[in-house]
Amino acid sequence: MGQALRQDEVVRVRGLAKTYPAVKGRRGAPGTPEVRATDALELTVRRGEIFGLLGPNGAGKSTLVRQLTGLLRPDRGSVEILGHDIVRHPERAARLLAYLGQESTALDELTVSLAAETTGRLRGLDAARARAERDAVLEELGLTPIAGRPLKKLSGGQRRLATFAAVLVGERPLLVLDEPTTGMDPVARRAVWSAVDRRRAEHGTTVLLVTHNVIEAETVLDRVAVLDRGRVIACDTPAGLKEQVAGEVRVELVWRERAPLDVPEVAVLRERAVEAGRRWTLRLAPEEARAAVATVTGGAAFAALDDFTLATPSLEDVYLALGGAARQGLVKA
Amino acid sequence: MSVVPAQVLPDTARSVPEAGPVVVAELAPAARLWPSLVAVYRAQLSRARVARIPLLFVATFQSIGITVMMRGVVDNGFEARSVVAGSAVLVVAFVALNLLAQYFGQLRAGGGLDHYATLPVPPAAVVLGTAAAYASFTVPGTLVTAVFGCVLFGLPLANLWVLLAVVPLAGAALSGLGAALGLLAPRPELATLLGQLGMSAALLLGVLPPDRMPELVRLARDLLPSTYGVEAYARTFDTHPDWAVVLADLGVCAGVGVISLAAAAWAYRRAAVR
Repeated sequence: MGQALRQDEVVRVRGLAKTYPAVKGRRGAPGTPEVRATDALELTVRRGEIFGLLGPNGAGKSTLVRQLTGLLRPDRGSVEILGHDIVRHPERAARLLAYLGQESTALDELTVSLAAETTGRLRGLDAARARAERDAVLEELGLTPIAGRPLKKLSGGQRRLATFAAVLVGERPLLVLDEPTTGMDPVARRAVWSAVDRRRAEHGTTVLLVTHNVIEAETVLDRVAVLDRGRVIACDTPAGLKEQVAGEVRVELVWRERAPLDVPEVAVLRERAVEAGRRWTLRLAPEEARAAVATVTGGAAFAALDDFTLATPSLEDVYLALGGAARQGLVKA
Repeated sequence: MSVVPAQVLPDTARSVPEAGPVVVAELAPAARLWPSLVAVYRAQLSRARVARIPLLFVATFQSIGITVMMRGVVDNGFEARSVVAGSAVLVVAFVALNLLAQYFGQLRAGGGLDHYATLPVPPAAVVLGTAAAYASFTVPGTLVTAVFGCVLFGLPLANLWVLLAVVPLAGAALSGLGAALGLLAPRPELATLLGQLGMSAALLLGVLPPDRMPELVRLARDLLPSTYGVEAYARTFDTHPDWAVVLADLGVCAGVGVISLAAAAWAYRRAAVR
């Protein structure tokens, strides 16, 4: 069974650790303490899946991705991609995966068409092949009408889509995408995910996705690893993770001006609420939630209530329930 | 804090087209040096067309301005030759050293190097392709400056073609230096500053006639790679130029070019993988 699984593994990370040294404070600038960006991190990504890395800023997602792509040497631990040791041979990563980073500075002054073609050439395609793949990818993503425009003249979402196009020219069995859909409109997002799905169906392409976006994570990911302070604190399917907090309901209350703390039941609820301005967020057992809703929708409290919602738990609730360090949770929307 | 183990999904949950027995995947072919150099060159040249034309005008007018200014200082004759040759090569120094140091400094600071570092392209192709694009963009400015200077000082135009050798060779030496400075500078502002300093050195040491300088400055002049390009071109104004010495000067330029481009490729590798 173990051997059978090994053959199916695309990414295998074991005991990965990277510590950024402390920076001494200089005149006018305070120093920063030593930071453990990844800490004995373990991860396995299997062939053909869309695997997500979810976590707040500073959880170690980018450091992990830089270690996987051969851009950063870990202090300890191993990274294997499709059977190749990336710690010992970081230069092999470029021949196994395509990487979409957060920056597009290298391509900004090129036209969409030339950015895709040049990237294909540098990925080892000959001129004719690079041009053919460029045309196919631009058509597939609906970028043909703006092929002649420089990236820096495009909107943020279009520019992101153009850099994604460059990633797809020159096929790779693994795509590492760092927040690919940031700033995109729904049409562009759909173009990205259908392009990914097509490659998955036709070539068994594996995708490692870094995301902040809880809603996107729930809809596109096969499995997700929740990162916190450089460690994987949970790894499962989105549905499987949500089962861990299945017994809870999220209640959100928005008050008109301020909470009516003179109502005793409301004062009790406050102890369990996470407050953000006029908004209270509570995670309660179903019967408690019913009682809370009954309280705020009747009597004196109702006059002070602006809005309320009841929801089943999201990945964000999972993250908070697991003890994620950032109490404010993840970015939604 | 407990780590929840990854559960094994039922096979139906995933589409596994071919879970073959091959454990180690075949590597995709790497991009070869020459084709990727050409691709980088082409991309950079298209970029230069949009972004660099105003700067090229600045470079040319700056050099022309210097020849006009020096007209009041030097007498026609021997000294005029180094003014014309120096200000023509100064265009190369401005673009290849100053602008290239800025470009690589910003590319490194903005995370743009990650793009190249995650493609299977030889570092030398990125550095050489970019440097070559910057250097070839200096050709028109250099020619305009040289023609203007020759007319202004009454020097012969017959051997202007030597610039076609001087520009790429001095360009290689200076752009390698510029790229290395940009890639090694810890901050982009520092890269800009170093590029400016290098350019000022090329201006002072290249344009001013060497005979009036103190010994120490003359030594610094000998260390600057663009000097040999300036000298090579200046010598061709003689009635009977000593072509062997011209060739030797160009040879020094080429040698320094190889060394500085190798240093730039090393700096690139160092900056890309931290």
